[in-house]
Amino acid sequence: MRTADLTTAAILLVLGLVVLGDSIRLGYGWGTDGPQSGFFPFWMALLMVVACAFIFLQALRREAGPAFVTRDQIRPVMAVLVPATAMVLLTQFIGLYVASGLYLGFYMRWAGRHSWPAAIGLALGVPVITFLIFEQWFLVPMPKGPLEHWLGY
Amino acid sequence: MGLENIVLGFQQALAHQNLFFAVLGIMLGTIIGVLPGLGGANGVAILLPLTLRMPPTSAIILLTSLYWGALFGGAITSVLFNIPGEPWSVATTFDGYPLARRGKGGQALTAAFTSSFVGACFSVVLITFFAPLLADVALHFGPPEIFAIQFLTFSAFVGLGGGNPLKTVVSILIGFILGAVGLDIVTGQLRMTFGTTELMQGFDFIVAVIGLFGIGEILLSVEEGLSFKGVSSQMNLRVVLETWRILPRYWRTFLRGAVIGFWMGFKPGGATPASFMSYSFAKRFAREPETFGKGNLEGVVAPETAAHAAGVAAMLPMITLGIPGSPTAAVMLGGLVMWGLQPGPLLFKEKPEFVWGLIASMYTGNIIGVLMVLAFVPFFAAILRIPFAILTPLITVVCAIGAYAVHNGMIDIWYMLVFGVVGYVFKKLDYPLAPLVLALVLGDHAENALRQSLIMSQGSLAIFVVRPIAAVITLAGVVFFALPVITPWWQRWRANHAGTPEPGKA
Repeated sequence: MRTADLTTAAILLVLGLVVLGDSIRLGYGWGTDGPQSGFFPFWMALLMVVACAFIFLQALRREAGPAFVTRDQIRPVMAVLVPATAMVLLTQFIGLYVASGLYLGFYMRWAGRHSWPAAIGLALGVPVITFLIFEQWFLVPMPKGPLEHWLGY
Repeated sequence: MGLENIVLGFQQALAHQNLFFAVLGIMLGTIIGVLPGLGGANGVAILLPLTLRMPPTSAIILLTSLYWGALFGGAITSVLFNIPGEPWSVATTFDGYPLARRGKGGQALTAAFTSSFVGACFSVVLITFFAPLLADVALHFGPPEIFAIQFLTFSAFVGLGGGNPLKTVVSILIGFILGAVGLDIVTGQLRMTFGTTELMQGFDFIVAVIGLFGIGEILLSVEEGLSFKGVSSQMNLRVVLETWRILPRYWRTFLRGAVIGFWMGFKPGGATPASFMSYSFAKRFAREPETFGKGNLEGVVAPETAAHAAGVAAMLPMITLGIPGSPTAAVMLGGLVMWGLQPGPLLFKEKPEFVWGLIASMYTGNIIGVLMVLAFVPFFAAILRIPFAILTPLITVVCAIGAYAVHNGMIDIWYMLVFGVVGYVFKKLDYPLAPLVLALVLGDHAENALRQSLIMSQGSLAIFVVRPIAAVITLAGVVFFALPVITPWWQRWRANHAGTPEPGKA
């Protein structure tokens, strides 16, 4: 837990410094007609750097404590995160509907060991229903790929 | 205030179209409240892009109804599954789940819904009377007062939020900084984009909410090992009527819970402490405190009344001051801006049909809500019996759709994933997420108020203490900020001087 706390504080501190640098570039003082663009981010970033430094010191003085995440805990988290990332990556190329169908079907077979008919049924049904709701009913376009183009959308 | 306003409101709220949206909203909201990983803030965020083509009054009725539904839905999972769907339903599990295990789930749920309803009504009545008054006062506020209120809002998180105050401060600052990324509308300069086009449009709070609360919550719940072992409940008219006959006995608990809820609720982050506070008060004043935690109906009434009263009260600062009292209210506030409305006291003058339609819909929405959840408990409880391997990808896909719909941008889905991981890590390390979201929503607003104040004063911060109203609010904010420093100091001082230190809370 302590290592994670230290790492997070350090990352946030660095981010604060980056923002601080950009605010100084923009100018954090008084312009011709009021505070300059960098004024607000400058003080926010400065406070953040100070606060993160304190959190870092607090964590340093503490006992190490239990692990941030155990091996048994991280496995199910990754089992959700990796397929989800793959789905987003696929969406970029083949559109949301096809990607979400593949994702649903894969996840049901792999994580839930559902039967093939159930997996295929939902993998086809859910994208079709979302398509009807979003493209037809609410007229909100979703990312589309080759299949939708072939179908004429 | 005139009676004609509330009549105008009810004309809006009772229009067929708006009644339909209220029913739809409560239906979706209850489902969202029952599902892990989706809560009020999230549901509202996902639905927000779909409301852009609706009239604003219908849109806000849909979204607020969703919020009431989510509040009701949280009670179902707490009582039947021992899983608090929202942080403010944690206290409901203490007595609700033991009751359900003894086969009294029906009573517990009836008590929970009825208490929610009573708490909500109490707050709505107060809002009906106080909102116009508060808006009138707020009309005279200038930029310094507005900035002082923002300051007070965020200091309340630091002072009352519990946890590590430094981490709360960092969360707030991250929200403000993320909000500042992109084009600065005042000077036309690009900030913190580092030459990339992707960062030019900045970070949208909707995407942040969906990622932080939606994806982050899923990751957290799978880590804890999801296992829904529900207790089935008997829910029929006889049980409901019998419970209603018992409930008036607890009128003191109702009243106490509603007052605590309203008082805590219109300050940010108030619903959760309100529910715990109401529970512990009920226990302290009870004739048999030892029965609490083992299945006392009063232990369900107390937190639910307070949580729902607080949830409704969070709408008061949103409609009068343009400052949201909860993350869900923050998302709705963002919605107001997207529909082309200017949140704040002027709404009462310029869009009375919107404001009063919203207030009237709080009455109708909660009446529809309590009837619907009472009637459809088995249906809502069945949702949690959907296998996990179907729920997880479904929720992820719904989140992705919601994120994409904001700007039709693929990058937002990636941001959503990143925010999800950040939410997971922050939750584990005790960085609170609600202040981050609120700061992201209010960022521009706060910065403009600060800029205008400083322009008025030629750059002197004294403007926040010279103007009387601003001074009082600023002072209150400073006190909240100082609370985490003062409290331990004060306790030590008391322990030294009182001789015999009091046990428990000092």
